[in-house]
Amino acid sequence: MIAELGHYALVLALSVAIVQATVPLYGAWRGDPGWIGLARPSAIVQCLLVVIAFAALMHAYITSDFSVLNVATNSHSAKPLLYKISGVWGNHEGSLLLWLLILVLFGAAVAVFGGNLPAPFRARVLSVQAMIGVGFLCFVLFTSNPFERLLPAPIDGRGLNPLLQDPGLAFHPPFLYLGYVGFSMAFSFAVAALIEGRVDAAWARWVRPWTLAAWCFLTTGIALGSWWAYYELGWGGWWFWDPVENASFMPWLAGTALLHSSIVVEKRDSLKNWTVLLAILTFSLSLLGTFLVRSGVLTSVHAFATDPARGIFILAFLIAVIAGSLTLYAFRAPAMKGGGLFAPISREGGLVLNNLLLSTACATVLLGTLYPLFLDAVTGEKITVGPPYFNATFGPLMVPVFLAMAVGPMLHWKRGDVLGAVQRLKFAVAASVIALFATLVFAFDGPWLAIPGIALGVWMIAAALEEAAYRIRLFRVPVADSLRRLWRSPRAAWGTTFAHAGAGMVIIGIVASSAWQVEKLQIMQPGESVSVGSYEFKFEGAAPIPGPNYEAVRGIFQVSRDGKDIAVMQPESRKYQDPPMDTTEAAIRTGWGGDLYAVIGDPTGDGSWSTRFYNKPMIHWIWIGCLTMVFGGLVSLSDRRHRVGAPVRGKAGAKTATKMSAGAKPPTPVVTK
Amino acid sequence: MLMPFMRNLITMVFVLGLAGSAWAVAVDKPMDDPVLEARARVIHKQLRCLVCQNQSIEDSNASLARDLRILVRDRIEAGDSDDETIRYIVDRYGDWVLLKPPVKSGTIFLWLGPVLFLALAVIFIFLWYRRRQTPVAAVNAPLSHDEQARLKSILDNGDRG
Repeated sequence: MIAELGHYALVLALSVAIVQATVPLYGAWRGDPGWIGLARPSAIVQCLLVVIAFAALMHAYITSDFSVLNVATNSHSAKPLLYKISGVWGNHEGSLLLWLLILVLFGAAVAVFGGNLPAPFRARVLSVQAMIGVGFLCFVLFTSNPFERLLPAPIDGRGLNPLLQDPGLAFHPPFLYLGYVGFSMAFSFAVAALIEGRVDAAWARWVRPWTLAAWCFLTTGIALGSWWAYYELGWGGWWFWDPVENASFMPWLAGTALLHSSIVVEKRDSLKNWTVLLAILTFSLSLLGTFLVRSGVLTSVHAFATDPARGIFILAFLIAVIAGSLTLYAFRAPAMKGGGLFAPISREGGLVLNNLLLSTACATVLLGTLYPLFLDAVTGEKITVGPPYFNATFGPLMVPVFLAMAVGPMLHWKRGDVLGAVQRLKFAVAASVIALFATLVFAFDGPWLAIPGIALGVWMIAAALEEAAYRIRLFRVPVADSLRRLWRSPRAAWGTTFAHAGAGMVIIGIVASSAWQVEKLQIMQPGESVSVGSYEFKFEGAAPIPGPNYEAVRGIFQVSRDGKDIAVMQPESRKYQDPPMDTTEAAIRTGWGGDLYAVIGDPTGDGSWSTRFYNKPMIHWIWIGCLTMVFGGLVSLSDRRHRVGAPVRGKAGAKTATKMSAGAKPPTPVVTK
Repeated sequence: MLMPFMRNLITMVFVLGLAGSAWAVAVDKPMDDPVLEARARVIHKQLRCLVCQNQSIEDSNASLARDLRILVRDRIEAGDSDDETIRYIVDRYGDWVLLKPPVKSGTIFLWLGPVLFLALAVIFIFLWYRRRQTPVAAVNAPLSHDEQARLKSILDNGDRG
């Protein structure tokens, strides 16, 4: 009964979405306040209906209602409650419903909190948002209905892939989708602006918080995913450049570029066309990511062909969204003239360089991800594009980004001076030179690339800090004065400081953990010891441990350093029954200097076990760096300009709605120089 | 219906499965000579786990990956050079097992692509920038009708921005 209610709510949501996609749009065109006014309530109703549907599916999972096909296929009564809940989105149908839920939540958020948007513009945004909703509702209802019944109901379900039964992965998809779908807001704002025919500073300021929130979510989602890979897959790897990862990384790259280019629109009324295009492309990449992961095209082009209904639908939807928005763009963009001029060396120039490199890097990832599919489809030839390709192409493209990232915030708008900026970063220069020589002296035995790598990371962190110190005039004015500046300078600037320093931390984590990792794999008898770097691992033995829905073997290792016991590490090897699968649960001990990582493998049959140990220096900096970046995003999100005062549009533009306003001045930014 | 790809995969699984049973103890046992083992590890990182997504056999739990790791060690033990070992595997499974796609006619665009993208983007930005800078002269051009009207309204109403 509840499942049917959920299904019915979805059907109702579809009809509401169709109304929301058309009526307010037409109303905004005719200037009819009644029709325009329909946008807000319909967005809220659509949201409530999808929430009901989602709750119905959640109910089926929690109560283990195996008469629902989706629950029977993906859940099991013996699963812990957390994984019954996360099982809702651990499968195709449920994850689409989650996608939809987040989409309508964002729509409702605009309806409720978008009070500072002009009503016709808000109506257009919500209409575009509803069009995406119609597409996904149709997809769910016609090809991937999660409420399908299975009669007679089986005694028990088939279970969730054990690799997914993990707290890290329980929360990974919601964050990822919050990021993907969050970019739909940037898309809807961009398309609405194209329909209106104007993009100005006010527009950039409205879009910014949504893009920033989406970016924070996506960054968290990707970080959670890589962290999961690190501790769950049992080989210490955390990024494989596999197509599913790339699918989430491409919108991140494009979204990061979008965040930066929209600053130029907001502050300098330039790069408008490009920013709108980037907003469209970012969401298109999010859709592409969903398509790649959901259609099965990645496993093989042929898998896609065997079950074409879903693949064809989502491909058609993808083409409709991308082609539709780009056509609109082609018609409207040429009319939008950018304002502020700038010299190549300037803050704007730095942000253009950022966009140039990030989009090239994004295109490279796209090429590497899709190339095997195209080659297979065209010539039947099979190749693998793996990490070595991306390291060789993506890596070099990002190095200049990282170098420039430190200098950019020090450049003036309109006309800057690189030499002057670097001079103002003298402490950062000194810190990175010291880091260069220190690595050279203390770690000369590692790969040589690690030496400039560490220096680069130090450069980014030190420059971010020095830029902040420069901003508050630390030690150049009385300290009390600096503190006041610290408090008064815009939060967005602090966001930059944290985000850029966080990126530097990620670089140091990546470089150090890959360059100076120690790994040992061997067959061990209980009582034997192995030294890993300066640590000693003593195998005490292995014992079976029963779990709620698996059988485990737990190895016990005494870890010591310089003869002193420092930890007992207990990795497990688990055998799940429903579905049958083996997983490894690595034991990880995080210290200041990095992680110790222990895995117990298979028994040899004569009382010995295969074991693996790693010492990964500074690897936790990768995730701490990601968190720092997200924190920077949140700080920037709390900037008062997002909370206080609706930005006002220029008068001249308001009269001629189809013409880009030349008079729309960016509202005076609250910058204390 | 079996697609050719699936058929290949199944054959592969089958062949490897048989080979695996011949090695009896399918446990990762490092080679006794650390120099040879180090060579094997480097090769492991370059080969794809046949049943995973883009993971190398070096970091996969799949039994097929383990079998391949053991196969690589066997070839090195038998005295093959690194290239011979890789060639041995590629001859059996095709270029598909290489994580770094070889440069050949089919992959030219893959390898040139990033350089091309960068060049196109630079040219595009250069043209865009030059086109934007030229209308600077137009600043001296007389005000348009709209602009004059706006200027008048500003002058009349005081500076309201």
